[in-house]
Amino acid sequence: MIIHPLFIEIAQVGILLFVAPAFAGWVKMVKCWFQGRTAPSLFQPYRDIRKLFAKDVTLAENASWIFRFTPYLVFGVSVMAGGIIPILSTDLPLSATADVIALVALFAIARFFTALAGMDIGTAFGGMGSSREMTIASLAEPAMLMAVFAVSLVSKSTSLSQMAFVISQGHSMLRPSLVFALIAFILIALAETGRVPVDNPATHLELTMIHEAMILEYSGRHLALIEWASMMKLFLFTVLGIASFFPWGIAQSDDLLSVFLSFPVLLFKLGIVGLGLVLIETGLAKMRIFRITEFLGSAFLFATLGMLSYFMLE
Amino acid sequence: MNMQLASQVNSLLAALILLTAFGLVVQRRMNALLHLFAWQGFFLAVSTAIVGYVGGVRDLYISSVLTLSMKVILLPYILHKLIVKLRIHKEVETVVNIPTTMLMGIVLVIFSYHLTAPIRELSTLVTRSTLAVALATVMLGFLMMITRKHAVTQIIGFLAMENGLLFAATSATYGMPLVVELGVALDLLIAAFIFGMFFFHISTTFDSLDVDQMARLKEED
Amino acid sequence: MVLLVLLIVPLAASLALAFIGDRKFAPEVNILGSAATFAASIRLALQVYEQGPILAGDNFFFVDAFSVYLTVLTAFVSMTTSIFSRRYMRREREHGTIGSRRIRFYHAMFQLFIFAMLLCLLTNNVGILWISMELATLSTVLLVSLYRTPAAIEAAWKYFILCGVGIALALFGTVLLYFAAEKVLGAGGAALHWTNLAKVSNQLEPTILSLAFVFLMVGYGTKVGLVPIHNWLPDAHSEGPTPISAVLSGLLLNIALYALVRCKVLVDGATGTNHSGHIMMGFGIISIIVASFSLLRQKDIKRLFAYSSIEHMGIATFAFGLGGPVATFGALLHMLVHSLTKSSIFFTVGHASQMHRTQEMAKIKGLIRGNPLVGWGLALGVMAIVGMPPFGVFTSEFLILTATIKDAPWFAPFLLLGLGVSFAALFRRAQPMVSGERPPYQHRLKVAHLPVILHMLVVLVLGLYIPKFLAEWFQTAVGLLK
Repeated sequence: MIIHPLFIEIAQVGILLFVAPAFAGWVKMVKCWFQGRTAPSLFQPYRDIRKLFAKDVTLAENASWIFRFTPYLVFGVSVMAGGIIPILSTDLPLSATADVIALVALFAIARFFTALAGMDIGTAFGGMGSSREMTIASLAEPAMLMAVFAVSLVSKSTSLSQMAFVISQGHSMLRPSLVFALIAFILIALAETGRVPVDNPATHLELTMIHEAMILEYSGRHLALIEWASMMKLFLFTVLGIASFFPWGIAQSDDLLSVFLSFPVLLFKLGIVGLGLVLIETGLAKMRIFRITEFLGSAFLFATLGMLSYFMLE
Repeated sequence: MNMQLASQVNSLLAALILLTAFGLVVQRRMNALLHLFAWQGFFLAVSTAIVGYVGGVRDLYISSVLTLSMKVILLPYILHKLIVKLRIHKEVETVVNIPTTMLMGIVLVIFSYHLTAPIRELSTLVTRSTLAVALATVMLGFLMMITRKHAVTQIIGFLAMENGLLFAATSATYGMPLVVELGVALDLLIAAFIFGMFFFHISTTFDSLDVDQMARLKEED
Repeated sequence: MVLLVLLIVPLAASLALAFIGDRKFAPEVNILGSAATFAASIRLALQVYEQGPILAGDNFFFVDAFSVYLTVLTAFVSMTTSIFSRRYMRREREHGTIGSRRIRFYHAMFQLFIFAMLLCLLTNNVGILWISMELATLSTVLLVSLYRTPAAIEAAWKYFILCGVGIALALFGTVLLYFAAEKVLGAGGAALHWTNLAKVSNQLEPTILSLAFVFLMVGYGTKVGLVPIHNWLPDAHSEGPTPISAVLSGLLLNIALYALVRCKVLVDGATGTNHSGHIMMGFGIISIIVASFSLLRQKDIKRLFAYSSIEHMGIATFAFGLGGPVATFGALLHMLVHSLTKSSIFFTVGHASQMHRTQEMAKIKGLIRGNPLVGWGLALGVMAIVGMPPFGVFTSEFLILTATIKDAPWFAPFLLLGLGVSFAALFRRAQPMVSGERPPYQHRLKVAHLPVILHMLVVLVLGLYIPKFLAEWFQTAVGLLK
């Protein structure tokens, strides 16, 4: 049975909105297991979000429209990104209009406004967080583009659907360019989603925090939206990685059955990625902020090597 | 093993050799450097054996075993013994600006790619595409010798260059004639003996293996 | 047969000297070994003179007019150097600069070095050529650091690292050469035999060979001591023992240039142009200019003559690059006379610095009064090396200059500038050293007369007339290198 691609699109956004908190919860849960603590429920993030929505918003006196507008923008951008990345199927109407470069630009817009909002109130922490965030961004974004280009060289397209399609059709498993691009992508994703070793999402230690410093002044529904958006960002990077490097299982037609089947496959992959993420986070210590340049520099190096080895070796 | 798979495995090994070459350029810790160097030798040995198998060249097996015993076991072992004996095994070397070095490395890789481009067109071997990687490895070893200021790291850079050369020989031509390979190995052995002596001389004379201290011989104006 | 003797004698002498160690007769054994080598080289030369080029040992060895004169030269200079080093090293030993273990090491390595150089010249295999070049480097590295002073260790380390890198690049060039040859000659050792390669050089892929030449040029060029990769040379010369400076300057640089020229012939055959020659001319002229201006700033006597060696190797490289019968003839002659003159200068310099216990030129004075042989030897040597008639260097430089004015007039002013500056620099330095009163701190010591006299005599003779057999060899070699 064939279903209209628009429905797939809607289903994808739905999955994004409602699976992302569970994924964040899963990561937290596994982490607790690894550290021998009692894990919170898988649904704890939902409760947190609901709680925040119920609370009042406290605004600083000198907060401008940017401060109030940013949470909605960040949330909206994340939802839109969910329409571009092939999560369930490669046949997406939005995917034709926005390719991977647009996706990177979308993330950049969200980041730009978060950084502005961080500075808007004029507290010391907000400014510091924004400055650090932009430092990381200036290094991560070129590396991110390079990594994705390495994949798009293999698939000869920058459209995510096309990339996922070609890679899943590819017969050869041993492509050095993809291996390099994957390593680069993992490093960048860790930096972009604010995980250890770049940032620690679980702490408010003022000397080291980056993302948390920017959103320190938010409260109530604004904070709920931002927290939700950052869970979605983690989810989005995960599915982006899956779509570019492990697209097997993503439906390639509008057939209801295959779309339906791709959902458990997705959950399985998410579970694995969550496990891997926890392994990285527990295995590594957070690095000094000055070492981040080297960290992202090596991500850039890997991405470039991926591109070069496409030309040199394939 | 069919041709296609062999060539793919070889490309992957080439990529790994390139990766270890980059790792050598930016790694700070002595022990990690030795490990990386040993891995590079191991990848080289495996690649040589595969090329030998695919091309049906017996001599390459000997060359592979030679690489394995020299570059993976003997030289790292000697170096390890030396740095333990000279008490530098925990030393962390300050390296000049790692991101810049990486960028220079990338430029070198692109340069080698362009340099070998005309040759790639001419070669008919399955391994031909790895020649650029081989040259890049040589260049990166060169870079390492320039940017690092420690006698041991300079030697590792020198040996990494040698790895690149051997890789070039196998990838471009299914290996040099055996007599040449053996001669090169012999020279390497003598070189190993010499730098071993040198480490002792330098560390006793200068109290450190940092070659930056060696700046007596300069042109005076 | 004589080939094998030629190679086995230094190798056996090296082993024997390693066992003899610091016995009283070790220097004599060293001299004996070198003399036997020299005798064998004469025998070989006669054979080549009578029968033409020799291919032997399953095409493994090849001797033609080009390599045979260098073989004789190598054997001759190593013999005279071993005579010189007998007195010189004994003095150093008395002085307590070196101990008995290092004497053993010195003698063994000296003979091994000669073996490596002879193998370079006699082998037909381009790969073996590389290997023996590397062996020659390695055997001299620890000789440069023989005194174990900080400066000596630094010099040796620089020598080891720079030449190691350079020679590695040359190996890459050799790999590329084999890569091109394999297509025409098939895989195997025969594809690296120079004689085979020379036969089919016009079928070799020109793009590969041009690329290979760049690597070979930089690689072997490092060993020739061409600017900008010459940094090791002055340090190694100034800090090593003087006999080693003499053989480095007089022999090793020649051998490296020989290797380069052998490869150039193949590359030119493949490309059909003289691009490689242009590269060599560029390196050569830069070396001449830079080295001659560096001469002006030197304070150390051995560094001074090391830079002069760079300049003269530059001249020879330039002339080989220029090509043509006159320039090539000049280059071949220049290699010969420079080698003889420079090693003779180093002999006198060695004695002079021992007399004054310093290598600082400002402190070396009154050499002629102190010891006429050393003083006059240095004075005549400098006169010869700056190209004054009637010495042989004048003849070769004159030939090269004539060819330059004819074929590449644009280069002539630069060449003249370099020659002029080095003339002035060397004379300005040498004159105060040889003339004047003896300073009170000057010691009297016994010196080795024979090497200096022999060398200067040969250089003088070559300036007055070139023997028929040598001219014939040079003509044949010019034909080979066309």
